[in-house]
Amino acid sequence: MRLLTGNILETGDVVWWTGHDWSLHLRDAVDVDADGDALLARTLAEERINDPALVAAEPTADGPRPRTMRERVRGAGPTVRLDLNRNPA
Amino acid sequence: MYRYDQYDQALVDARVAEFRDQVARRLANEITEDQFKPLRLMNGLYLQLHAYMLRVAVPYGTLSGTQLRMLAHIARRYDRGYAHFTTRQNIQYNWMKLEETPDLLADLATVEMHAIQTSGNCIRNISSDQFAGAAADELADPRPYAELLRQWSSFHPEFSFLPRKFKIAVIASDTDRAAVQLHDIGLQLVRRDGELGFKVWVGGGMGRTPMIGHVVREFIPARQYLSYCEAILRVYNRFGRRDNIYKARIKILVHELGAEEFIRQVQAEWAEMEPRGLDAPQAEYDRIVAQFAAPDYDRAAPDSLDRSDPDFALWVDQNVHAHKQPGYAIATISLKPVGGIPGDASAAQMDLIADLAERYAHDEIRVTHSQNLVFAHVRKADLYAVWTALNDAGLATPNLDLVTDIIACPGLDYCALANARSIPVAQKIAQRFADLDRQHDIGEIKIKISGCINACGHHHAGHIGILGVDKKGEEAYQLSLGGSGAEDASLAKILGPGFSEAGVVDAVEKVIEAYRAVRSGPRERFLDTYRRLGDAPFKAAVYGAVA
Repeated sequence: MRLLTGNILETGDVVWWTGHDWSLHLRDAVDVDADGDALLARTLAEERINDPALVAAEPTADGPRPRTMRERVRGAGPTVRLDLNRNPA
Repeated sequence: MYRYDQYDQALVDARVAEFRDQVARRLANEITEDQFKPLRLMNGLYLQLHAYMLRVAVPYGTLSGTQLRMLAHIARRYDRGYAHFTTRQNIQYNWMKLEETPDLLADLATVEMHAIQTSGNCIRNISSDQFAGAAADELADPRPYAELLRQWSSFHPEFSFLPRKFKIAVIASDTDRAAVQLHDIGLQLVRRDGELGFKVWVGGGMGRTPMIGHVVREFIPARQYLSYCEAILRVYNRFGRRDNIYKARIKILVHELGAEEFIRQVQAEWAEMEPRGLDAPQAEYDRIVAQFAAPDYDRAAPDSLDRSDPDFALWVDQNVHAHKQPGYAIATISLKPVGGIPGDASAAQMDLIADLAERYAHDEIRVTHSQNLVFAHVRKADLYAVWTALNDAGLATPNLDLVTDIIACPGLDYCALANARSIPVAQKIAQRFADLDRQHDIGEIKIKISGCINACGHHHAGHIGILGVDKKGEEAYQLSLGGSGAEDASLAKILGPGFSEAGVVDAVEKVIEAYRAVRSGPRERFLDTYRRLGDAPFKAAVYGAVA
């Protein structure tokens, strides 16, 4: 599966595309697979989400799990400050 | 300490107003992110993994108590209650909001601070010796020269769009505490025939192509160093490669031209421009030097020290250095508690340090490139009170230059460029070697960890260097040995195949135990043992007999 993600312009917060809106929580992310490229192009054109990207993930019982460590850290927050994490992957 | 004059303050205030307007235009979608990104980077604002990150300049690593208290305020008001001191004596905030940044920068400007030129292809913060003005072994305080460089390089119209970023360090001792040979320009104050001047290195640096700088001038009179630096920058700006970001640093230009030809070109440029009077007049030097006058020392301060508390004595032996003024000492505040995050400090800790600086340290705090803080001027008679307060706040770990005093970049926990996490590796190594007796038995050893090839964690200069790499989306770590960022500068060499996170911690322990087994005696440092024996005993220890 592929997820659409980026950072909110105003706050920099990491967000995930839920199918109809952006969520701060990785568990809300949906597979954008076939629509991914079109959604990415639209997001880029709107200029409200910075560094939008499609990332590969695996479905799990707890929600999507990005394939790379980088995206897992983005989704969960710093592994060294668990007190600041809001959405553990 | 240097205080802003009307021009400094006006420049910074104008930049805050300009950036406020730029942010408003971006938030209103009047400009695109592609147009805005270079503008925010010029103000030190990056977009990292989780949020915006703001890098605030700490010129030559010197802060007043008022400034540090403001940095604590910013951590509380705009961030999440903490900040991170960097390997270039700056401070970074990890959880910035773009919409709040103009107000933050306005707050910062009230204490004569900013984030200008902490990013981008320009001359970055001028770094220096954290013991400047206090070290028993220095010729003179190097900071007035660093300050003049700061003024010269701030908004320099010719050098605002260099081929790549540019870093300058200035020291005034034979002991190099600022890694000058690993900077684009390194300057060491020296004396020749009674005259002060600089020995000049060019073309050092870390990153993906680490190089030790070349000595391009054994002596340039101090009254002419500014025009000489300008000549170096002009040659670089003209011929540095802009076609390939990986070959754009001045070290590549010096390497490709050859040091001899580079020196010839700089000399020709300097001969052309020096007579035009670019150097500051003596009165301007004198004005700046006067602002770095020695503090009003207590000449009657006793030189003796009560060492009856063994924990205090341990801290004094490890974290306190000789001061040029009898009755005074230099105290290093470790930001490396075992299991902590190297270089991080909470707002409460920053407030406490600011209070202690005002009360006991002539209102000065220094940031070190090793991510610790320093009180440069403390009466020996006050050391116990300082230590007691620091100890209560978890700031008195007696581990300076020991195995747990690890440099680590933010790595993949925060940084968008990183391939692997650095901080957890540092924490696990520190926990493995937490026993203080063991640390002291091992002695001086500098472990430096970078989460990617950009080398913000200075792994090339580590006695033991660790580089995080990406291996098919997962983290892996390369181990290097034999680097040094000191006056005996050298580049670490890769030992062999890489490791997992747990594996690299085990490998470090094997290297260190091998060192203890083969060192000539307890006084031979790890680095000296490595230089004497090469990597064979360490390869055997880590990989087995057939490596």
